[in-house]
Amino acid sequence: MGFVFYLISAFAVGGALAAVLLKNLVHAALALTIAFFGLALLFLRLDAQFAGFAQILVYVGAVAILVVFAILLTRGSEIPKEGVFSKGWIAGLAISAAVFAVLAWAVLQAAPWLPNEAATPALTVNDIGNALMSRYVLPLEIIAVLLTAALLGAVIVAMHEKEKTNQ
Amino acid sequence: MIVTPLAAYLIVAALIFAIGLAGALVRRNAILVLIGIELMLNAANLNLIAFWRYGPHPELLTGMMFAIFSIAVAAAEAAVGLGLVISIYRHAKTTDLELMNRMKG
Amino acid sequence: MQEAIAFTPQIDASGITQWLWLIPALPILASGIISVLKQPRRKLASNLAIGSLGISLLIAITAFAHVLSGWSHGYAVREVVNFSWIQVGTQPVELGWVLDPLSAVMLVMVTFVGLLIFIYSTGYMEQDENYTRFFCFLALFAGAMLGVVIANSILLLFMCWELVGLTSYLLIGFWYQRPSAAAAARKAFITTRVGDIFFLLGIVWLFAQTGTLLFYDHGAGSLEQLALGGLLIHHSHWGLTAAGAIGLLIFAGAAGKSGQLPLHVWLPDAMEGPTPVSALIHAATMVAAGVYLVARVYPLMSAGAIAHGEAPGTTPALMVITWVGASTAVFAALIAIAQNDIKRILAYSTVSQLGYMMAGLGVGGVAVGMFHLITHAFFKALLFMGAGSVIHGAHEEQDVRRMGGLRKYMPWTFYTYAAGMLALCGFPLVFSGFWSKDAIIEAASHWRTARTPYFMLLFGALLTAFYMTRQVSYVFFGEYRGHGHAHESPRVMTAPLAILALFAVLLGALGTPAWPWFKNFLEDHPAAFAWKFEPGFGGLLLTSSVIVGLGLGLGWWLYGNRSPRAEEPDALQKAVPPLWNVLANRLYVDELYGATVIAFYYWWAKVADWIDRDIWGDMVATIALLFKGWAQLNRFLDAKMVDGAFDKGCEEIYNGGGILARVQNGRGQIYLRLLAVAVVILAAILIWSGRQ
Repeated sequence: MGFVFYLISAFAVGGALAAVLLKNLVHAALALTIAFFGLALLFLRLDAQFAGFAQILVYVGAVAILVVFAILLTRGSEIPKEGVFSKGWIAGLAISAAVFAVLAWAVLQAAPWLPNEAATPALTVNDIGNALMSRYVLPLEIIAVLLTAALLGAVIVAMHEKEKTNQ
Repeated sequence: MIVTPLAAYLIVAALIFAIGLAGALVRRNAILVLIGIELMLNAANLNLIAFWRYGPHPELLTGMMFAIFSIAVAAAEAAVGLGLVISIYRHAKTTDLELMNRMKG
Repeated sequence: MQEAIAFTPQIDASGITQWLWLIPALPILASGIISVLKQPRRKLASNLAIGSLGISLLIAITAFAHVLSGWSHGYAVREVVNFSWIQVGTQPVELGWVLDPLSAVMLVMVTFVGLLIFIYSTGYMEQDENYTRFFCFLALFAGAMLGVVIANSILLLFMCWELVGLTSYLLIGFWYQRPSAAAAARKAFITTRVGDIFFLLGIVWLFAQTGTLLFYDHGAGSLEQLALGGLLIHHSHWGLTAAGAIGLLIFAGAAGKSGQLPLHVWLPDAMEGPTPVSALIHAATMVAAGVYLVARVYPLMSAGAIAHGEAPGTTPALMVITWVGASTAVFAALIAIAQNDIKRILAYSTVSQLGYMMAGLGVGGVAVGMFHLITHAFFKALLFMGAGSVIHGAHEEQDVRRMGGLRKYMPWTFYTYAAGMLALCGFPLVFSGFWSKDAIIEAASHWRTARTPYFMLLFGALLTAFYMTRQVSYVFFGEYRGHGHAHESPRVMTAPLAILALFAVLLGALGTPAWPWFKNFLEDHPAAFAWKFEPGFGGLLLTSSVIVGLGLGLGWWLYGNRSPRAEEPDALQKAVPPLWNVLANRLYVDELYGATVIAFYYWWAKVADWIDRDIWGDMVATIALLFKGWAQLNRFLDAKMVDGAFDKGCEEIYNGGGILARVQNGRGQIYLRLLAVAVVILAAILIWSGRQ
């Protein structure tokens, strides 16, 4: 594993850590963006160019912005009096650690049996497009419906309610 | 302990996943819980891509497609979720999860 | 001696015999209907009773005509209808009814006299508020009595017998608010019950011995040759055959109902009931039931003698009957002399005449006794109803010393009463009583066993004439010593009196020796005019006429037209005070019973009460205490231990639930944490199980 890999990984993990630990929510949202970037670079390193750029387009360009909007709309920039961590945060931490431990252990256990093709797949965006339209056309359509529904749902959920007169 | 390239990517993904889980479990603000969830989803995507790259038959594009659709779904879910948070904020005037225990049984 | 004609074999189901059951059934049905009527419906009640009895009378007359026609054509009629009522194990219980000369005659008498008394009662009980109840009981009584008459099964007879006893209790105690009436009813019932116990023993013995309940059953009945022969073979105590012993037991029952000597005490007290009741029950029908019973089982009583070819009157059973009857006749007549209540005199007279009937059965056979029964029914009913009319007219006065001179105020009553009185005394030739009593005396004079009953019966006739003259002088002659104004009774009461008076005269014609129609009819000899004059017969007629004249004369001489006040002593009392006192106190029989039987009974009742209250009562109380303690213990266990344990358990579960509910705190992050823990565990399990 090259040095680049470790650098990008540090980038991503560090951004994630910051996103979770920072008290100021806006800072946390920005750190999240950095984490997304790191992940996108990892995708690129894995020769998944389309996925990498999609990651940047969608996550960095939309989700992160959305999160910032939400923070601003809900006055999240104010730091609450009791602190940002919930009661019993140690339990949550412990659980996460346990989860990581299990997963890492599983991976390391299975490492000898993992496949390891070194060859780079020669794929172009053309191929991806073809695949989308032929083999994966059904999921595509479903995703379209899902996105429409999500759009409508989000609008309705977040809409101002009409003032109802009390009877 | 041999650490193959694939294993390294998987461990990184696991790490990000655990961090995201910790954020979802520990922070008080609802939006940060959503951030944690996004991190978890991303980690899963990384997992998928890694397996696509190093697994057999990458020309089938299975892993890549899966990850792309996952991104799309995650975006939709983030939109709806944040809309919900805003709606709740309007109603309860706060995003503090500690204070939202109306389902206490 | 005429030949007995052969019986036709017992044909069931000739036309009229099929319907014979209606005769008792109709009055009982009427009684049932009346019992559910409301009290104000008086006319309907009496009309139902009279109507039902009227129809019974018509059927009875038809049956009588049927028997008559058969007899006149030369064959004897004895038709039975038998049926099996229930099955007890393998033994069927058989009931049935019989139509023969004896039952036909009795049916006509009972329904006719009963009907007249019913009509009379509508007038007598007019003012009484319990009119409806009276007719209900009256109809029930009539039905039961008719049931006794037609019964062919001894069990059916006993059932109707008991029903007769019950209804007489109800009727004697009709005015039950009077303690004396209630006591008299109880006395009647208990006294007859004593007799009935022996009767029941006799029934059981008869059934056990002969195996059948029926009297006549195509040769298999208990009064027919086969059974009687079997009864004669068995011997029981004191040299009696089974037939004799059973006969005596049955006679004991008859003695109770007919007031024979030791069990006569209830009859005079039974005068507490209304006068129509006295007339019906204690003159014509119920008391005659005993005589009828003896007549019915006469083949049983006389079996021993007939089998040995002797005259019937010499079996031990019949001898006992004769002696008891004769003694009763004299005994009761003696007491009647010293009584002052108009009905009581007649009551003792009835007891005396019943003694005559029993004696007649004993010495002379069925025909002799039954003839006197029939004639007595008519004139005794007449006398009682006349007494009722007198009481009614004298404003409910019953003491003869407070009456007098009523022949001026109540002519109809006087003439009919006089006819009845003369019939009772046996006034020669014209009146029926003469012929019937004479038949008995004549048979007694021929009795082989002893002559004493003959003399006793003659003496009794003297006494009868004496006391009846005394009564009639007190009531109808002299001056009126009562209060208020005496008046004649309404037509509805005097008309039956007239009809009965007519019969009191005419019936005599049935039994004269010149034309012994009745005797031949009952004993199944062909009808014939026979100027049968046995040698001593004229002398006997003369003797009895002289006796009667003597009695009448003596009575008139002592009491005649004088009218002693109630406070003055009686004429006879002045003459022979000690005798008078003994007689007036009814020969102290009631006192004797009171000292012995009743005293014992009270003592026994006290003992039983003590045992029941103290011994059993304490036992029961102890057991109750035990149970109470046990129940308390159970309750403690149940409430404290079982319930307590259960409640505790539930409490713990409740608390545990409360603890577990803390998981549901509404905080989503907690839920997430739990989810994550679950995932970790699952993953660990999977991986662990997957690694080889």
